[in-house]
Amino acid sequence: MSQAEKSQAERARLSDPQGSRHPLWTLGLLRSEITTLLRRHRTYALLGVLAAVPVLIGIAVRIETGGGGGGGEGGPDGGAGPAFLAQVTNNGYFLVFAALAATLPVFLPMAVGVVAGDAVAGEANSGTLRYLLVAPAGRTRLLLVKYASVLVFCLIATLVVAVSALAAGALLFPVGDVTTISGTRIGFGEGVVRAALTALVVAVSLTGFAAIGLFVSTLTGSGIGAMAATVGLLITVQILDSIPQLSGVHPYLFAHYWMSFADVLREPVHWDDLSKNFQLQGLYVAVFGSAAWARFTAKDITA
Amino acid sequence: MTDTAAEARDSAPDAAAGAPVIRTRGLTKRYRGGQLAVDGLDLTVPAGSVFGFLGPNGSGKTTTIRMLMGLIDPTSGTAEVLGRPMPEAARTVLPEVGALIEGPALYGFLNGRDNLLRYDRADPTADPRTRRARVGTALERVGLAAASGKKAKAYSLGMKQRLGLAAALLRPRRLLVLDEPTNGLDPQGMREIRLLVRELAAEGTTVFLSSHLLDEIEQVCTHAAVMARGRLIVQGPVADLAARARGRLAVTTPDPGEAARILREHGITGLSTDGDRLTADAPPAAVDLADLNAALVGGGVRVRSFGVERGSLEDAFVALTGEGFDVAG
Repeated sequence: MSQAEKSQAERARLSDPQGSRHPLWTLGLLRSEITTLLRRHRTYALLGVLAAVPVLIGIAVRIETGGGGGGGEGGPDGGAGPAFLAQVTNNGYFLVFAALAATLPVFLPMAVGVVAGDAVAGEANSGTLRYLLVAPAGRTRLLLVKYASVLVFCLIATLVVAVSALAAGALLFPVGDVTTISGTRIGFGEGVVRAALTALVVAVSLTGFAAIGLFVSTLTGSGIGAMAATVGLLITVQILDSIPQLSGVHPYLFAHYWMSFADVLREPVHWDDLSKNFQLQGLYVAVFGSAAWARFTAKDITA
Repeated sequence: MTDTAAEARDSAPDAAAGAPVIRTRGLTKRYRGGQLAVDGLDLTVPAGSVFGFLGPNGSGKTTTIRMLMGLIDPTSGTAEVLGRPMPEAARTVLPEVGALIEGPALYGFLNGRDNLLRYDRADPTADPRTRRARVGTALERVGLAAASGKKAKAYSLGMKQRLGLAAALLRPRRLLVLDEPTNGLDPQGMREIRLLVRELAAEGTTVFLSSHLLDEIEQVCTHAAVMARGRLIVQGPVADLAARARGRLAVTTPDPGEAARILREHGITGLSTDGDRLTADAPPAAVDLADLNAALVGGGVRVRSFGVERGSLEDAFVALTGEGFDVAG
């Protein structure tokens, strides 16, 4: 314990009969937050839907191609639309990318929107927020823990899609060496590493939207309202992003670079759009994270 | 556990010094709609007291409690809890304060024990090594040990109230703030809470108890304050407050009409008859009760019982506010 901490502990002595305030104990709240999240039926319903999407896509492709084998062209188009569906029949591995491409526009962020929107508003709604705050959890600490748990959910949700897709792909189709978008071949093992990296990139893509959800969550005392507003905003942005006449604002929409995750499968990895995406997400996290903090730390808790 | 309890007692020297545990100066809250919920409150809660915070629903009790707990920022004025300013010192003050505010709030999908574990983890100063033991002790203290494995959504209102109390008792506290603690409890449960409050007070914990039930306050509290329409009407030891209320003269007789006539002749006011029971304002001290009784008997009134009933806090409240204990408009 440093000198500064000692004097702080001294000041806190009256408040803390045990005279001890271990920095790691703070993690107890984060752990509690994550286990609480993972003990809700709602969380499993969301993850269940996300896990089902790759399986459904796999089955549909399998039926469509009449029992697998032989189907689409092995080479990539290098085009903008990373559908990956054509490659799935040759190599089940590509179901990971097909499933991420299918869930990223709506399903994944919707699940994140539900969890993020409910993060603070849900606690306010049930009244548990006041007891957490008089515990005292500390407003900044609670908000950070809430955001951290939403980020953990982003990662879990993305991994659920990726793992489910890899499993379904391996069961329904042959798997083997992977042909990258650039046309080179990499081993299946490295392919799995790339897939994991892709899942991570997708999870990071959701951080900006998660920050928006958290901010909305601090605005209202209604969990349902916050979830609906967050998901509504997502749909609005997706529509705006698809209107060519609004191309001027597209680079500033949080969803604009989401599909850049496919660049991980280039050889070498093509970082241009990926880094633009990361910068944009960082900007959203900074802006809406600060807004959420400003709002939450100044708010009268009357619920 | 024993260590912490001993240290908690050691760390409460101000109980002996009599420094107030809660002190507010001109505490005011005006909500954004312009509604004045609390108006210039000067409240002083002495250490070691069981302090009853009385007032009808809507009189500003809960807003006051929320300001004391740092949940709401006052519009003006100051509040000190355990000698430190709120909400600035919330981080150091609140670990020593247990609170039940506007009823319990629980995670329905968690069982009772896990609810308490979560609240304890929210406190960064709570020792995780003693967490399970402390939660177990708190559950036993409120009589919920047997039901601690049940999901909280299956709890009755009384059980939820008990679990809320257990959350306030997770650590040795110097101050307990209990907002309407007996809500939803059956008479047996209410008695248990009163016992618990007395027990905690005997251990040296100051208990700040808000209620709209006067007899509840009268039974357990040493001090009380009365609020009405956002203002503090009076505060002080319960005995002093009750003494302000004049008692009632009560006569039981089969001849209430004749008795009323005779009493009125002797200058007694505020007469009211209910069957064979006649009550009136207590006579001034100059009047000897024995003379009154003799006059009644002399007038042929058959007296079954005769005497002055002690003033209750409710009488005091009515005398102070000039109104009943109804919801403020």
